[in-house]
Order: sequence, then structure tokens, then C-alpha cells
Amino acid sequence: MIKIVKRDQPSRAIFFFTPVLAIFLTLVAGGLIFFILGFKPFEALKFFFIVPIADKYGFSELLLKATPLCLIAIGLSFCFKSNNWNIGAEGQLTFGAIVSGGVALLFYEQEGFYILPTVILAGAIGGMLYASIPAILKTYFNTNEILVSLMLVYVSKLILDYLVVGPWSNPEGFNFPETRQFSDSAKLPLLFEGLRIHAGIFLALAAVVISWFVFYKTYLGFQMKVSGFSLKTAKYAGYKGKKMIILVFLISGACAGLAGVGEITGPIGQLHREISPDYGFTAIIVAFLGRLHPVGIIFASLVVAITYLGAETAQIFMQIPKYTGQVFQGMILFFLLASDYLLFFKIKFMGLKK
Amino acid sequence: MHKFLIRSFVSSLVLLFTLTVAAVAKDVKAAFVYIGPTGDHGWTYQHDVGRKAVEAAGFKTTYVEGVPESADAERVLRQLANSGHDVIFTTSFGYMNPTNKVAKEFPNVKFEHATGYKREHPNVSTYAARFYEGRTILGTIAGTMTKSNVIGYVASFPIPEVIRGINSFTLAAQKVNPNIKTKIVWAFTWYDPGKEAEAAKALIDQGADVIAQHTDSTAIVQMAEKAGVYAFGQASDMDKFAPKAVLTSVENNWGPYYVDRVKAVANGTWSQKDTWHGIGDGMVVISDLDSQMPADLRSKVKKLQADLASGKVHSFTGPIYDQKGNLMVAEGKTADDGMLAGMMTYVKGVEGDIPK
Repeated sequence: MIKIVKRDQPSRAIFFFTPVLAIFLTLVAGGLIFFILGFKPFEALKFFFIVPIADKYGFSELLLKATPLCLIAIGLSFCFKSNNWNIGAEGQLTFGAIVSGGVALLFYEQEGFYILPTVILAGAIGGMLYASIPAILKTYFNTNEILVSLMLVYVSKLILDYLVVGPWSNPEGFNFPETRQFSDSAKLPLLFEGLRIHAGIFLALAAVVISWFVFYKTYLGFQMKVSGFSLKTAKYAGYKGKKMIILVFLISGACAGLAGVGEITGPIGQLHREISPDYGFTAIIVAFLGRLHPVGIIFASLVVAITYLGAETAQIFMQIPKYTGQVFQGMILFFLLASDYLLFFKIKFMGLKK
Repeated sequence: MHKFLIRSFVSSLVLLFTLTVAAVAKDVKAAFVYIGPTGDHGWTYQHDVGRKAVEAAGFKTTYVEGVPESADAERVLRQLANSGHDVIFTTSFGYMNPTNKVAKEFPNVKFEHATGYKREHPNVSTYAARFYEGRTILGTIAGTMTKSNVIGYVASFPIPEVIRGINSFTLAAQKVNPNIKTKIVWAFTWYDPGKEAEAAKALIDQGADVIAQHTDSTAIVQMAEKAGVYAFGQASDMDKFAPKAVLTSVENNWGPYYVDRVKAVANGTWSQKDTWHGIGDGMVVISDLDSQMPADLRSKVKKLQADLASGKVHSFTGPIYDQKGNLMVAEGKTADDGMLAGMMTYVKGVEGDIPK
């Protein structure tokens, strides 16, 4: 006999165990899918999860990919912890990239130590400005931040389209939708010769440390936690809700904006239409897989980053369609949500009566 | 002595022969990087048809689809270069900078970039097709078949390639019907069925009864089928998606070029080139002409096709005027490749302005 019983309170051990379970189930289901498609499941999983990071270059690519995911997810965890549903990180990333890219273009063919910090700061401000729109609309006009932030993603992409097609397009570029290449002074320094991993990773690590400190060592972190559990309690305790909402959105926007800066001043080196393969949306999966915990998010961003890399390797070496990478990302989220059931319920195996 | 000379001559011949055979038989592997899914029935689909031709010619191929033009392109290129591929075809404009960047690090691997203009290293070639020749044919058909004298044109991005197509199309249509107007809607996408269908709808609502497209999905021909107007397939033969609407298609035929280049790599004769082939070289192919077209139009089109192929007719033969009436190409002259490559003005008869 199997019986499902409601838990008195959510289990803390299960809370951190379910992401691992979700990843495990994703591997099993993924192997099964490969098997059905006619591929050798273990070989396919090897090409998906081990081969891409087996050498120095692959490992640096993993870190390169995980950097924006981690940074955005850390920002999002400020929002999600406090019951603010910012779905528009992709838009904040794009707008941050636009502002910082604009500044970088201003300094075209110039040199100077002050250029890079200005460009980075511009990106953070851009992201914050863009995130402030849903935040202000939510606090003062009671609009739904999910809708507003999501819709603004498309607006930001149209602004970027307009700029790279029109006023900012490369004058020597035959009107192709891209800007000039940034000068070296506006680009993040590479950490190792021949690898693409750049100084942006320190921004992500700083975000991890700062967020851990804020979450667990400050009054603000406590307020966020209380608001996350119950808005009514937060109100009763006299917390200034509006201020907090705006603050978490600004933090989240700054992080997403910085992720955008990292892409355009790092591996891309210019603005064009496709600066992000939807990092802002994928980071939502990362944030939840990491249980909104800074350390969890580091691991989650690495796991999700590898689904991007693995999909390419699997196609190159085994001709497995590349879009299976997205299937894996979807499965991770699905299994995570499904196994969260175990947080609130437990399964009891009861012995049959003899 | 005499014998020795003959013997050494024969043996060196044999050696030379063996070496040549060995060089030809060398396992050359070609890789293809695609922007979309191989099942898009447009741009990527046709490149994959070309890849299959390379396979059929006895070479091993690899492809990676859906590679975004973001930071990811460089990694995919490097992985392919690192895993024993001798020639890599990058089939979207946005791969231009990554292609040149990776080419620098892998001087022994050949890179072929479609539609770009940068060849920064001796191992980078570029190639593109003279699609505007196909559009001369489409314009001729559209100018003849329209009753409303309004022709719709869904365009992607205001780059010379697209402007050239619009101009070539309009000039040909005017030649058979001086009263036509070409209305443009800019979709600002290469592939977005939703947006493309909306653009087609807007043009049909404005009275267009023939729709041409410079975007890649089948949404436009399907919309035309629903509205009962004519359309043309893009990149691949789209007749089966809209049998009534599609009069013909301009197909991108990359196979012969790909086979040629991979063979050149195998023979060791590959060298940097900028290729721009049209109907004559078979890179641009006109699909079957629909039987709804009158017989005399069909024979006219066949003749035009042959004349474009032989070079007897050029898509841009003067006199050509721009929208303001300024002379672009004088009577009896044809536009040279330099002018075509940088074409950023509409010819007379196109409505609206180029978005800036």
C-alpha cells in the first residue's frame, strides 16, 4: 500500500534534495528519449554532459556561458524571494546592453582606463532604468508586473533593432544590422590567452557574495523573506512595501544589465540583433533550480549552461538535433516543479498485513 | 644508363600518380553551420540540400543547426575546426566576424562565409548568389499577372541585397506594365512566420494582388493562398504549400558550388575567392512555371531565363532612374558589380522610403 500524506511543514532536506532529483530524472528521461530516437543513450549523454567540458577550452566556455545565467539569476532571486515576479530580465539585459553599447560607441577608437568602468556602469544603469518601469507601475498603479516586464522584453528588442539597423549601424558595414566593433578599451579583459572567459565572471561572483550577505545578514534580507512568505505579515510588521519592491527590481535590473554588458563587451564586441540566446528567460529556470540560494544558483547555472554546450557537441558528433538542448532545459524545470510536490507531501509505504 | 633513366622516369610517374590519388582520396570532412532548423523550407533547408549533394559526392559532412549569431557562433566554429573538419561553410551573414576570428586561429582549415564581405585571412572565402536575376523573372511575371497594378513586397532588412532585389523586381515589372507600383513592408526579420503573414495581409488589404517576398518562411504564400492572390516561393520550391497562389519560386541551389569547393579542398587547389553566381552558373534556379500563367508569358519567361543565363540580358540595364528622377544607369549601360553591391536607393516606381 502506498499512501500520500501531507507534511506538517515543508521539509528542509527535501527542499535542497529536489533539484538534484530533478537533474537525475532529467538524465533518465533524456537517456530514454535518446534511446527512442535510436541513439545509444549512454554515449549520447556522454557527448551531452562530459565531452563538451573535457578540455580547458570547453571548461572556459562553460564558465563563459554560466556567467550571464548566474548573474541574472542572482538578480532575479531578489525579486522572487520577495514575491515580485520579474519575468523581463531579457529586456533589462537588452536595454542595459543598449545603454552600455551606446557609451562604448561614443568612445570609438579612443583609449583610456576610465572607458571600461563607464561602459559597465552604463549597462547597470540601463538595466535598472528598464526594471524600474514595471516596479513603478506595480507600486503606484497596481499593474501586474509579470505582464509589464514580459511585454517590455519585446519593446527592448525593437529598440535594439531600430538602433542597429538605423542610427547606430556601422557606416562601413553596407547597412547590415550591426554596429562598429568596440575599441579594446571598452572591452572586458580576457583572463587567459586563447580562451574566451573574461573579467565579467568576477561581476557574477561579486553578485553571489553580496546577495548571500544581503539575504542572510541584513534587515532587508529578512524583510524580503517575510514578504515572500506572506505579504499580509509584512504589512502588519510595518515594512515599507513599495520601497522594497522598487529596490529589488532595481537590483535585478542592474544584474541583468551587467549580464548584457558582459556579452557585448566580452565575446561579441559590438551590438547586433542577437546579443543573447534568451539568457533572461533561461535564468528563471536557473534561479528556481538553485532554490534562490546564491550557492545553489552557481551550481544551477553550470548545469543549465552545459545543456547549451552539450546540444552542440551532440549534434556535431552524433547528429542529434541541437534543439534537444531546449528539451533538456524544459525537462529540468518540469521535474523540479513536479518533485516540489514532495515538499508538501510525503509518500508512505505501508506494509501489507499478513 | 638509358635503362636507368627510363626506369626512374617511370617510377617517378608512378610515384606522382600515387601521390595524386592519395591526395584526392584524402578524407575531407565538410561542416555546415545553419542559422535555422533544417526543416524551415527556406534558407537553411536549401543549404542542407547543398550539404546532401556534398555527401552524395562521397565526402563526409557535419552540420549544426539553429546556431544563434550571438557569442555561441564562435564556439561552434571552433569546435568544428578542432574536430577534424577541413572546410566549414557558415551560412548566415551574422557569422561574419566569428568566421574571420576563428579562421585566424586555424590557418589550415578553409572557411566559406555566405553573403558576407570580410575576407581578413587567406583561408576565408565568401560566396553569394545573384538572386536579383531571379527577381527579374518574378517582376516580369508579376507585372503581367497583376490586375490591380499594385504589387506587394515583404522585405527583411534594408541592406543592398534586399534593395537590389526590390529594384530588379520593379524594373522588370515596369517593363511589361508601366503602370505598376511596388509597395514594400519591412518585416525586419528573415524568418518569423507570424510577422511575415501580417505583412502580407497588410499588403493585400492595400490592394496588392501579387505578393513577392524576401523573407524565408512559407507563411506569405499561405496567406496569399487564403486571400486568393498570387505569390512567389522564396529559396525553395514552395508550390506544395500554396498550389494556387505560387506561380513559381526562385530556388537557391548551393549544391554545385559546395561540391566544387569541397573537391578543391580535397585536390589542394582551394584558394580564396569571392563568388557571386547567378542563373547562368546554376546557383539561382527558377522552379516550374504554374499553368495558370498564359502560354505566351511562360515562353517569354523561358526566353528571359536563357538570356539572363547567357548574359544577353542584364537585370540592371539603363536607363534607370531613382525615385527622384535622377539618372542611375545611362541608356545602353548596365550597372557594374560595385554599384550592385552597394545599392542603397530605390528605383522609380517603388513607393515609400528606405528605413534609415
